[in-house]
Amino acid sequence: MNAMTSNAEAFLRRAEALATPAWVGALRRQGVEALARSGLPNRRVEAYRYTDLTPVARAEFGAAPKALARPELPAQRGRARMVFVDGVLRADLSTLPPRPLSDAAPLLGTVENSATAPVAALNAALAEDGMFLDIPAGENAGLIELVSIVTEGAGPIAFHPRHVVRLGEGASVTILETCEGPDGVGYLHNPVFEVVVAEGATCAHTRIQREGQGAYFLSSIHARIAAGGTYDNFTLNAGAKLARNEIHSALEGPKAACHMNGAQLVGQGQLADTTTFLHHAAPDCASRQTYKSVLTGNGRGVFQGKILVAQVAQRTDGYQMNQALLLSEDAEMDAKPQLEIYADDVKCSHGATIGALDENQLFYLRSRGIPEKAARAMLVQAFLTEAVDGVADETCRAALDEAVMGWWQGVAA
Amino acid sequence: MLKIEGLTAEIDGKQILKGLDLEVPAGEVHAIMGPNGAGKSTLSYVLSGREGYEITGGSVTFHGKDLLAMEPEERAASGLFLAFQYPVELPGVGNATFLRTALNAIRRQRGEPELDAMQFLKLARSRMKELSMPEDMLKRGVNVGFSGGEKKRNEVLQMALLNPSLAILDETDSGLDIDALKIVSEGVNALRGPGFSALVITHYQRLLNYIVPDRVHVLVNGRIAKSGGKELALELEAHGYAEVAA
Repeated sequence: MNAMTSNAEAFLRRAEALATPAWVGALRRQGVEALARSGLPNRRVEAYRYTDLTPVARAEFGAAPKALARPELPAQRGRARMVFVDGVLRADLSTLPPRPLSDAAPLLGTVENSATAPVAALNAALAEDGMFLDIPAGENAGLIELVSIVTEGAGPIAFHPRHVVRLGEGASVTILETCEGPDGVGYLHNPVFEVVVAEGATCAHTRIQREGQGAYFLSSIHARIAAGGTYDNFTLNAGAKLARNEIHSALEGPKAACHMNGAQLVGQGQLADTTTFLHHAAPDCASRQTYKSVLTGNGRGVFQGKILVAQVAQRTDGYQMNQALLLSEDAEMDAKPQLEIYADDVKCSHGATIGALDENQLFYLRSRGIPEKAARAMLVQAFLTEAVDGVADETCRAALDEAVMGWWQGVAA
Repeated sequence: MLKIEGLTAEIDGKQILKGLDLEVPAGEVHAIMGPNGAGKSTLSYVLSGREGYEITGGSVTFHGKDLLAMEPEERAASGLFLAFQYPVELPGVGNATFLRTALNAIRRQRGEPELDAMQFLKLARSRMKELSMPEDMLKRGVNVGFSGGEKKRNEVLQMALLNPSLAILDETDSGLDIDALKIVSEGVNALRGPGFSALVITHYQRLLNYIVPDRVHVLVNGRIAKSGGKELALELEAHGYAEVAA
């Protein structure tokens, strides 16, 4: 471990220089300790064997510009939204009345290892603000947007928002999160979510990650789900030079459910990593995961999915599927599914397929007059449709379809 | 309309077609019969442009153009249609989207205006009715979960919509019960006319009771061993390929 202690020094120095109000103190201490202990892992650490974070440790990041930018915002899709520009929460651009993160102090760092896993620790050490979404029991909060935009002039900034979402009993919310930034700038977006789903509550979270091509995106989502509650996540991982997208979910009460689905669109010079950890900690819970990756150029995709079924979690129903489509000779996909099961009455299955487009399907389409390029596009679209179709909210689905189409047009151009 | 001269082709270094000559004039339906391994499916794939076949000699002209120099989609736009022996399943591609994309791709290549969703649906529904196809087959994924008979009817539906000048039916009768066979045959017969030719590839004479051919050719060992009128099919059924083609 000692060999790695020093690589996060630049981040640790920045943490030291930050003002530390009382409400964030405990979190920051945990983060700094974890970061000092383990640094940003390289490939010798098993959980990072396909994704080396040392380039992030070596990169130099600058401070955010003092002047507030006023970027052009996309049209609002949800009932309300919270906008971050260059990592700064902008009440003036948000339509959701912001609640100070200090209100969430008792929750910070309490959701399963949300302070100590390396990506989360980096955030814990440096988080200054974030969105606190607190939905009272029984309330349906509708569609809330969380928008993060990095502007052209921001330079290689690093920002570490910590978002907290708490749903009371029977409450529900749909979150549409979009992350964007300019190409060719090595900035770092390091968001962490702590999500607490009370009994019978439902949180549906769609993320569209389209950071600029030179960016680093290190994200970790942590969810605790009580009896009868549901956490749904769909992540479209399409941007950044290096994207690590971790989701840690714990099913803590009977009949809780978790759906983690997503698509990774990976092109030349990109690495996209989805790593899920699902803890079945109560009986009669169901989990579903379907991840699809499309890789072009020398793009590299990673999927690691671990399902841990505790001894009490009888009658667990778990399913995990990971599929990748390699559209070029140089593309690479690494997949590591893991099941660890201590209960004896369990239904758990997983599968993985990695391959090229099916020549029979391609010929069938072309024999019907559809030109090769369009035929390929149809098959790629069809491959992704199965994943996107699972998203219940129409607005989120439309946003995803749009992002997928936009990506494909960029690839095909 | 279609003229094949001295066609030789191989796959994985193995010669399958060994100097095949065949001519199909406009408006005629020709049957190709032959034993397993004679090269029937190879012929249909070579004509439709599937990759993996090496053309080592001969020529194929279609409407006066060099068919073998065209991409599969260009052959389709020129009026060639292959009804697959094993139609391919396309999960995630809706049948309606598929049919409309194909139809408009061909119309575009032919310089005809594209059909909008309403115009297309109207056309597709009327064709489906003629083929006794339930309308929900438009909503399902292409051939996904279709029975053998439904897949073959879907092939004939595509043919009816794309309106080819030459249809190659590759063992379209395989896996069909008698009712489905009748429906499929009626679908093909409805297209018959001076602008429509067909190459009906089959093992059995049975299909030719419903799609009555103008000419029958016997394909043995990579070339046409014998040609004749529709009565040749009956002769083959009664005496077998070995005797007739000897």
